[in-house]
Amino acid sequence: MTTLSAESWQYRQLNARAPGLSYLSNALIELVEKGYPVVVGSADLQYSNGLVRFAQRYPERFIQFGISEQNMVTAAAGMATTGVTPFVATFASFLALLCCEQIRTDVAYSALPVRLIGHHAGISLGFYGTSHHATEDLAIMRSIADLTVVAPADGPQLAAAIRASVDWPQPIYFRIGRGQEPVVYEDSADFRFGEAVVHGRGDELTIIACGTMVHPARTAFDVLRKDGHSVGLIDMHTIKPLDRVAVLSAAKGTRIILTVEEHNIVGGLGGAVAELLAENSSPARLVRHGIIDEYSLIAPPTHLYRHYRMDAAGIESVAREALQQSTAS
Amino acid sequence: MADSNVAISSQSNSAPAGNTRPNAEQIDRLRERAEFVRLETLRLIQIAKVGHYSSVFSCAEILAVLYYDAMRLRHGEPHWPGRDRFLMGKGHAAVGLYPLLVDWGFFPAEVLDEYTRLGNPLGDHPDRRKVPGVDFSSGSIGHALSAGLGMVLGARLQKHDFDVYVLLGDGEMQEGQVWEAAISAATHKAQNLIAIIDRNGFQLDGRVDDVNPIEPLADKWRAFGWEVHSVDGHDVAAAATLFRQLKVDEKRAAPACVIAKTVKGKGVRYMETDPGWHLGYLAPEDEGRAAAEIRSSRRTP
Repeated sequence: MTTLSAESWQYRQLNARAPGLSYLSNALIELVEKGYPVVVGSADLQYSNGLVRFAQRYPERFIQFGISEQNMVTAAAGMATTGVTPFVATFASFLALLCCEQIRTDVAYSALPVRLIGHHAGISLGFYGTSHHATEDLAIMRSIADLTVVAPADGPQLAAAIRASVDWPQPIYFRIGRGQEPVVYEDSADFRFGEAVVHGRGDELTIIACGTMVHPARTAFDVLRKDGHSVGLIDMHTIKPLDRVAVLSAAKGTRIILTVEEHNIVGGLGGAVAELLAENSSPARLVRHGIIDEYSLIAPPTHLYRHYRMDAAGIESVAREALQQSTAS
Repeated sequence: MADSNVAISSQSNSAPAGNTRPNAEQIDRLRERAEFVRLETLRLIQIAKVGHYSSVFSCAEILAVLYYDAMRLRHGEPHWPGRDRFLMGKGHAAVGLYPLLVDWGFFPAEVLDEYTRLGNPLGDHPDRRKVPGVDFSSGSIGHALSAGLGMVLGARLQKHDFDVYVLLGDGEMQEGQVWEAAISAATHKAQNLIAIIDRNGFQLDGRVDDVNPIEPLADKWRAFGWEVHSVDGHDVAAAATLFRQLKVDEKRAAPACVIAKTVKGKGVRYMETDPGWHLGYLAPEDEGRAAAEIRSSRRTP
């Protein structure tokens, strides 16, 4: 078993680089302490996802699968048949794309309560390139029946979602970032699957964001409000089941819905909202913001967020353009 | 419904028999159970109008030995936590498994009569969501060994000591995930995991050794850290003896692989010689001839 001292290079790197990921291990440790039969699997990424903390605390509950992601996901399904609750983690790109069939057939169709942690989602792996980017995972996972899809905004919300998951019967895909996201919520974050967090309502424009985009969207929301715009903000942390009431009630009272996700605008949060608005003949105009159906360039993540207008200033400018178009027409 | 199903309904398998050979009466019964698998397979495929006769026939004795000698099961309790598990990597042979699950009282016999009809839980591949007694779903080749490994790992945490038997096709050896699971199982010393390879030599496109050869198979599994055994997959006495040994071997620190040498279509001569019978449908008169041959081959092996 791994022994890694708190003074070691890896450990210090881990804490310095990805404080948000400590919530993952800590929440899982908390579940074990409360008596839940948690078992954690990793595929050679325990330093990237911080699960080394869990591994050191509960080595008998940590299973190292090495670089065998498909094997890990199917084995998690097998473990779940014995009554344990497996949490298995790897990069979101590998989980959603490489292990798509295992997730669909062995986990979701088999109705086994496996928890899949797709970390470093979106373009947060920056210059690692397209193989490591996940801008399709929400679309893929959302089309799998009986699978819950969640994209927490930060560490505290992830921890709250993990705490809430003990009563959730379906398998869950947790889509998280790289652990460097600024905190949106306090540690006492409340979380209910399928119930969006409404930060504010507005009649000109409502931003619906998820995951890593909630923090920059909130900054943009604050700036626009200070400028006198009537803007709303919804954190749609659960992509499936989508909070239909939150979307439709916002659409009733606002002229523009702006979805923001670190994902292709096809099939993810924007796609889910578009389907709902179309089916309900909503008069609200929809603008989907994210990666516009292309493969991301490589660059450090912060440079990419700026380039693709997925930082606070970029989201604000997209919102202003939508507002201007709306006024002009 | 075949009469034999009603006549010989098991209540439980005998206590672990240790390192012994089955006696003459036990051997007879296991051979009768293999015949039962074949006859029921004929009957059910006539309902579906298409099915994998020869894939079942190659593993009929293995199924009989597992379900009537090796495995720890309780009649009528498909979800008993302490039961041994069975996973069918070659899921297209499920039609041969369903009659055994009925015989164990896991679901009513009438369900078989509607095999593959609209809304029936029994399809070409076994489905744990729909069929009591199916321990894991399969259909997409190559997943089952990982699932079996997961069951062994879960059992450790849950303090269960059941064994997990995973029946794999020999063509299935070409799937990468099998070898991911093989490495992991050795890493985690999954000694309660027993892989059985139905080495019937054929896959859909022809002979395994022509399509994408997998030999030297025993050496491969040994190199992956497994304990490897070989057996004639149609010799119920030899197979039962081997599985009894594996059951009581407390010293084994590695997972075990049993390479069962088999004949695709075993029991019906024209299927044994024509690999085209991987998937097919018999005209009623041919079904009768096949059944007669299966019955006579048990009497004169």
